Amino acid sequence: MRDILSVTFAIGLLSATLRMATPLIFATLGELFCERSGVLNLGIEGIMLFCSFTAYMVTYLTNNIWLGILFAIIVGMIFGILMAFLTVTLGISQHVSGLGITIFASGLSLFAYRQIIGSPTIPPTIETFKTLTIPFLSKIPFIGPILFDQYLLTYIALILVPLIAFIIYKTNFGLSIRAVGENPEAADALGINVFRTRYLALIIGGGLMGLAGSFFTTAYFNMFLYGIVGGRGWVSIALIVFANWDPKRVLLGALLFGGVDALQLRLQAIGFRIPYQFFLMMPYVVTIIVLILVARNAIAPSALLKPYKRE
Amino acid sequence: MQFPKYKLEKREKVPNWLRLSLPFIAIGISFIFSSIIILIAGKNPITSIYSIFYGALGTRLGIMETLVKATPLFLTGVAVAVAFKAKFWNIGAEGQFFAGALAATWAGINHFNLPSILYIPLLLILGFVAGSLWAIIPGFLKAKLKVDDVVTTLLMNYIMIYFVTALLEGPWRDPVTQWPQSILISTNAEFPKLFARSRVHLGLIIGLLVILAVYIIIKYTKLGFNIRSVGANPTASNFLGINVTKTIIIASLISGGIAGLAGVGEVAGVHYKLTENISSGYGYTGIVVAMFAGLNPIGVIFSSIFFAVIITGANYMSRVTGVTSFIADVIQGITLIVFLAVLIFYEYRLRRIK
Repeated sequence: MRDILSVTFAIGLLSATLRMATPLIFATLGELFCERSGVLNLGIEGIMLFCSFTAYMVTYLTNNIWLGILFAIIVGMIFGILMAFLTVTLGISQHVSGLGITIFASGLSLFAYRQIIGSPTIPPTIETFKTLTIPFLSKIPFIGPILFDQYLLTYIALILVPLIAFIIYKTNFGLSIRAVGENPEAADALGINVFRTRYLALIIGGGLMGLAGSFFTTAYFNMFLYGIVGGRGWVSIALIVFANWDPKRVLLGALLFGGVDALQLRLQAIGFRIPYQFFLMMPYVVTIIVLILVARNAIAPSALLKPYKRE
Repeated sequence: MQFPKYKLEKREKVPNWLRLSLPFIAIGISFIFSSIIILIAGKNPITSIYSIFYGALGTRLGIMETLVKATPLFLTGVAVAVAFKAKFWNIGAEGQFFAGALAATWAGINHFNLPSILYIPLLLILGFVAGSLWAIIPGFLKAKLKVDDVVTTLLMNYIMIYFVTALLEGPWRDPVTQWPQSILISTNAEFPKLFARSRVHLGLIIGLLVILAVYIIIKYTKLGFNIRSVGANPTASNFLGINVTKTIIIASLISGGIAGLAGVGEVAGVHYKLTENISSGYGYTGIVVAMFAGLNPIGVIFSSIFFAVIITGANYMSRVTGVTSFIADVIQGITLIVFLAVLIFYEYRLRRIK
């Protein structure tokens, strides 16, 4: 019990928080693009799973992690196009299209893995990212090991938050996305191409979901497991509500969830006399509670879930 | 040479032949896509797809196993259909299935001194109640507090499955084998078999009766009208004096309860014990089944049988051809997406421009 109060424990916990938050930052920012343009993308869970498989497979075959990540992003974008075709071009229910993509992409991940790798007793591993220790800064007491001894992808995630906030709020492209998500008729009247904007938003969103998926197999684990994403795509759907569709608050939400995830892992390791499954439940329980607390004040983009038809 | 030009034109009315043939068109197209994937995997798509159908329908054993697999899908499919009709996005049939299985197992492994005629209904009631209770939480949260139902139902699946695992690796672990599974339920709690030399059990009849009941409720009762109305337009329903909150909560209760019954059936009809992988995704396949049936309860019968054929046949096919049985999951996903895409022909038709 005394372990919990030590500085080492705190450093380990906070450092792990940031690590666990990384895929959630990518995925939730990806979902943010989609939803800000008016499309709920429930394909997120399946896209993340298939992209974590893609990153693993390409790295396994080429021994090049960067190529693995690149392919994961490209595949994520392709799924973004598929989602856009179903919801933007055909105007099908966003709920069902997204679930369809998740079911398809999850099935495809399992199928492809089993077909290519088979079912060996020890799954083949790949070389993964090492943490990137930033000289000098990582020597700062307490903060150093937490902030400056992380995976490259974690740094990228942290940089993406202000960058995407800038894109959404300060650029013309961001303005178009927000406009088609709030009032597509008015945006159309102003000469914004609603269809093209939504396609782009879904493609960028899909790419970010792909990047999120790739983290699991290229940094967090060194192999592909069927339950590797474990509902974190769904957690992102909750985080976006928590964040009230604001990129900066996405970081806060991801850190909160990452913190609970990191904490439950450590509590498991300490070995209380409670079944470890109850610790595994914690992040999901906390997510639901948080969702209950914020639901009343959440203001979704007005055109979310509404297909746009040009008469 | 000039290509003929077509344009999409809005339909006035959906002709019946189209309504009936569209699912088959979707199946055809999705088999083409699936064949491409099998080809990429380096296998022969024609023998693969043939052996799916042969494995599921070509022998007595195959047909019986298909019915065994269709049984839980009848229930999860119609559970999802009821919920979706009310626009309660219940993606939690998987968790509710486990809630039902859990309750049935609890009653079964306690070896109450009851005859079958009482024991089996006890399992069914407990399973229904457990599934309902698990579904009513997100139903209540959606109806009362506007909490997104997709996320809550989904996350609750994970919570329920961890809970079941905790039981099976803890107090319920089989003391003899030490496997993470419960001991056998009382023989008096077992569902009777319907045919000799097969695993087809009472659950099949229960499934069909539930579907019939749901059909009648949706089509002919005030509750059914309310559910359809709330699903179509909650704001307008409110003006009509329908209690939207209550309707959503009742829909969640019915939906969860039916999904719970599916869990009861797998415990009491097939495995006679609870295991971690007792479901093989029936809750999620229920979504595909319900959508493919157009949320129509009677359609769920045909849709369940179709996907049961795919699941049963894929197991056989993987033994024969070496294409892994996960192709069944791929086909489910593709069929759903293709079906959604071709549904647009309900609304529009192609017209040749002269």
